[in-house]
Amino acid sequence: MTFLLQNLINALQWGSFYALIALGYSMVYGVLMLFNFAHGDVFMVGAYIGFFVSSGLLAVAALGFVALPTGVMLALILVLTLIIAMFLNTFVGMAVERIGYRPLRAAPRASAAITGLMIGIILETGNLALFGAQRRSFPTLIETATFQFAGVSVTNKKIMIVLVSLLLMLALHIFVRRTKWGMAMRAMAFDYVVVPLMGVPINLIALLTFGLGSALAAAAGILYGVAYPVLDPYMGILFGWKAFVAAILGGRGSVLGAGLAGFLLGFIEIFVAAIFPSTMRDLIAFSIILLILTVRPHGFFGEPYSARLRL
Amino acid sequence: MPLLRVDSMTHYFGGLRAVHNYDLAIEPGQIRGLIGPNGAGKTTIFNLITGRYTPTEGKIVLEDREITGLQPHQIASLGLGRTFQNLRLWRHMNVLDHVKMAHYSKITYGLMGAFFGTPKRTREEAEIEDESYSLLELVGVSHLADQIVTNLPYGAQRRVELARALATQPKILFLDEPTAGMNPEELAQMMEIIRHVHAELELAIFLIEHRMKVVMDLCQVIQTLVFGEVIAEGNPDEIRNNPMVIDAYLGKEVEV
Repeated sequence: MTFLLQNLINALQWGSFYALIALGYSMVYGVLMLFNFAHGDVFMVGAYIGFFVSSGLLAVAALGFVALPTGVMLALILVLTLIIAMFLNTFVGMAVERIGYRPLRAAPRASAAITGLMIGIILETGNLALFGAQRRSFPTLIETATFQFAGVSVTNKKIMIVLVSLLLMLALHIFVRRTKWGMAMRAMAFDYVVVPLMGVPINLIALLTFGLGSALAAAAGILYGVAYPVLDPYMGILFGWKAFVAAILGGRGSVLGAGLAGFLLGFIEIFVAAIFPSTMRDLIAFSIILLILTVRPHGFFGEPYSARLRL
Repeated sequence: MPLLRVDSMTHYFGGLRAVHNYDLAIEPGQIRGLIGPNGAGKTTIFNLITGRYTPTEGKIVLEDREITGLQPHQIASLGLGRTFQNLRLWRHMNVLDHVKMAHYSKITYGLMGAFFGTPKRTREEAEIEDESYSLLELVGVSHLADQIVTNLPYGAQRRVELARALATQPKILFLDEPTAGMNPEELAQMMEIIRHVHAELELAIFLIEHRMKVVMDLCQVIQTLVFGEVIAEGNPDEIRNNPMVIDAYLGKEVEV
């Protein structure tokens, strides 16, 4: 029981990263019917922006203009880092759409996929060229405190990470359901051609979709940095691919599915690692996912129709 | 002064000339028809005027404004609405949401409104909902407002599409085969609705139709298009009796 609960909590945290990144894949697929294969690297860029923003804020705080208790100051810096980095990463995502994908709207889907991979490589090597090959260690913004419940240990970091992730997903849900832009996104996911006739500037909606996905990826990057404070330029590759798998598992274009599948992937990985040797984690976890997809090729919430090409 | 004017519009798809020297002038409140055999370029003309394609040559003027080369959403917000030959509804969205979506440009509340339910949002949403309901009423599907569109019979889906196009408050409405695939009963109802909408909202209508009965009954002026060129233009009687039209399009099946 303790074993189960302990791993459940670990899995929730681990799944949060996948879920936040998978949402970006799924939204873009839903609206533009393409997979943004640079998204994992957009997550990496988000983590780096978070690193620079928080380091900068810490330096400013060290000047001592504002006197606050250390804990409060750090929490404030974390919140500001989240907001600023999410905001900045929005523009990274929008630039990817504008420069990389928009010229290819009419091109075959394979061109978009290749472009995505190349943008990814540009982001990785660009980072390498600008900031060097050394790993960065994400500043400590939360002093770890551990709570014990019935033999299960929970850190304040884990609670914060899961809560922030859930909050962001809720915010996304409200955005998609209640704003006119979200409504336009949903409409575009069903039929793209008519949407401009409702007076909707679809290029703006496309930008917004990339921007939102990238903001969530930045949040994932910062939360990851809080939990595992080592950043390197290639950190986005494996995470990106795994979140992509989660997006497929959730059902292409399904926001709810992507969120749930992200958590599920986290659960599978954590429990596999807890039971089997951890070197076999990916082998076993992805075999399980392969099995699920054999039974449900269109994922949990995807539609079993053959996707038509649009745009 | 015509509401919509097209001057010598020509369009090429690669080396293929799809539309040649096309002229059009639609007066406010007029119902116009565009007929022609399959592949004559009728839908291409719709796509050119509504901005999906940019014409190779020619000029399109809506009211006083030249709209050639504008984006589809810009042309739509200037007052040009349209429906499609094949239904283009949003699967899994309900009827009311379809019509509400068409109010996109009128929604002014933003994130604050969406997240905190400000009075402004409540007011705007209520207004839009009212307008949407009255449009659904106009086309006779207001009782289906909360239904998912894919669950509706074909005739009702067509009406939803019409209501959605009307919600953008067009000054001129393009209907691409509004009665395609309808049974005689649905057909009669659709014609009645088009007349009703036309009288009620005082808009101009430009429609593509294959069924002679519909075109002849509804339209005041009809153009006949063959291989991208207008071969005849006139009132229903003139079209019915024009030997070139009979030859090229109506054939021997139509009673003259």
